[in-house]
Amino acid sequence: MSKLRQTPSQTVGPFFAYALTPEQYGYDFKSIADGNLIEGDVPGQRIRIEGRVLDGKGDLVPDAMIEIWQADGEGRYAHPADPRGSNVAFKGFGRMGTGTDPESRFIFDTIKPGSVDGTQAPHINVTIFMRGLLLHAYTRIYFSDEAAANTRDPVLASVPAERRNTLIAVRNETPAGAVYRLDIRMQGADETVFFDV
Amino acid sequence: MTEIYTPRDWSSQPPYLHPDYKSTVLRAPTKKLIPIRQSLSEITGPVYGHDRLGALDTDLTRNAVKSGEPIGERIVVTGRVLDENGRPQPNMLIEIWQANAAGRYVHVVDQHPAPLDPNFLGGGRCVTDSEGRYKFTTIKPGAYPWGNHDNAWRPAHIHFSLFGPSLSTRLVTQMYFPGDPLLAFDPIYMGTPADCRELLISKFMLEHTEPSFALGYEFDFVLRGRRQTPTE
Ligand SMILES: [Fe+3]
Repeated sequence: MSKLRQTPSQTVGPFFAYALTPEQYGYDFKSIADGNLIEGDVPGQRIRIEGRVLDGKGDLVPDAMIEIWQADGEGRYAHPADPRGSNVAFKGFGRMGTGTDPESRFIFDTIKPGSVDGTQAPHINVTIFMRGLLLHAYTRIYFSDEAAANTRDPVLASVPAERRNTLIAVRNETPAGAVYRLDIRMQGADETVFFDV
Repeated sequence: MTEIYTPRDWSSQPPYLHPDYKSTVLRAPTKKLIPIRQSLSEITGPVYGHDRLGALDTDLTRNAVKSGEPIGERIVVTGRVLDENGRPQPNMLIEIWQANAAGRYVHVVDQHPAPLDPNFLGGGRCVTDSEGRYKFTTIKPGAYPWGNHDNAWRPAHIHFSLFGPSLSTRLVTQMYFPGDPLLAFDPIYMGTPADCRELLISKFMLEHTEPSFALGYEFDFVLRGRRQTPTE
């Protein structure tokens, strides 16, 4: 059977906000998702994840859109392909533009995911879109306080050792709770590891 | 866990670095992507259904009306979401955004001095039916200038965002219109491999035209497919 060609990707451009992240940017249109993944009293450890996106000159990117996709506190995805199913009201999807924070940060309030399928360290899947990116980029966020699990993680193991820290968010204890910080660098000596998913 | 989505067909995709499109120069990843063996993290993905749709989300000629009808040429855009094996993809969320008939986006950073339309937002959503079909009613977007190079104009286009069934099928793209003379001068469109550019151009279809109301265009999406497995 001959296959159909996959539709080519095109850039998200600079003007996505009023349709994809409308409430965050103050447009009169309902958002399907935003930076807060916590609905109701979802079990799990409350955390914040924040970071910036930097271009090849080290300048902040104020028109990126970041999406995160993650498992619940027990490592289960809210999707039919996960046979265990997520039994909590946790969708696991967040979406945020970098255009509303004065420091161009993305900020996600969520719960810390559990280990997925018993072999992978806790992680969050990240998809990056922006003007100038003709095809979205995939990366992952791991956690600095999961050193033992990170050592055993097969995806981290596939990354050259000197680049692994581009994927590991650093935990900071703040009065408001745990905040993990990780910048995404599109280019340069410490360019973020992007995956061919 | 076995890999269940076919790999991205890089021969159909634009490269990250395409210097004619200037913003790629400082934003394109420069290091080789690291292959990932698909796990639950990649074969699952966000699921959104009809529960998230507003009543008028598929009709951009009505979903932002304040005082009257939006200005411009009404069009219907319809088609199917398929995977590369030709299988329809039902219950898939599609999000769209576009400029108004004058080529102006509602977005605050759009500085193009063309009029905003008080009755047009340009954002919409749809969920595909059991045969993978979707349908939007909207206004044909205008071309607009941009700062990429001297006298640069984007051809008329509608932006589309699709999740597909998993993280690995995510697609953000743009749909263009047949016969647009600006296409050949557009570095974003031209960044696509030559033999796949046609895949980004909608077809005018008389049969989708609504008599006395709107012209019809057809545009299909092809997402990455599932690998054949013994159980299928
Ligand atoms: Fe555009």
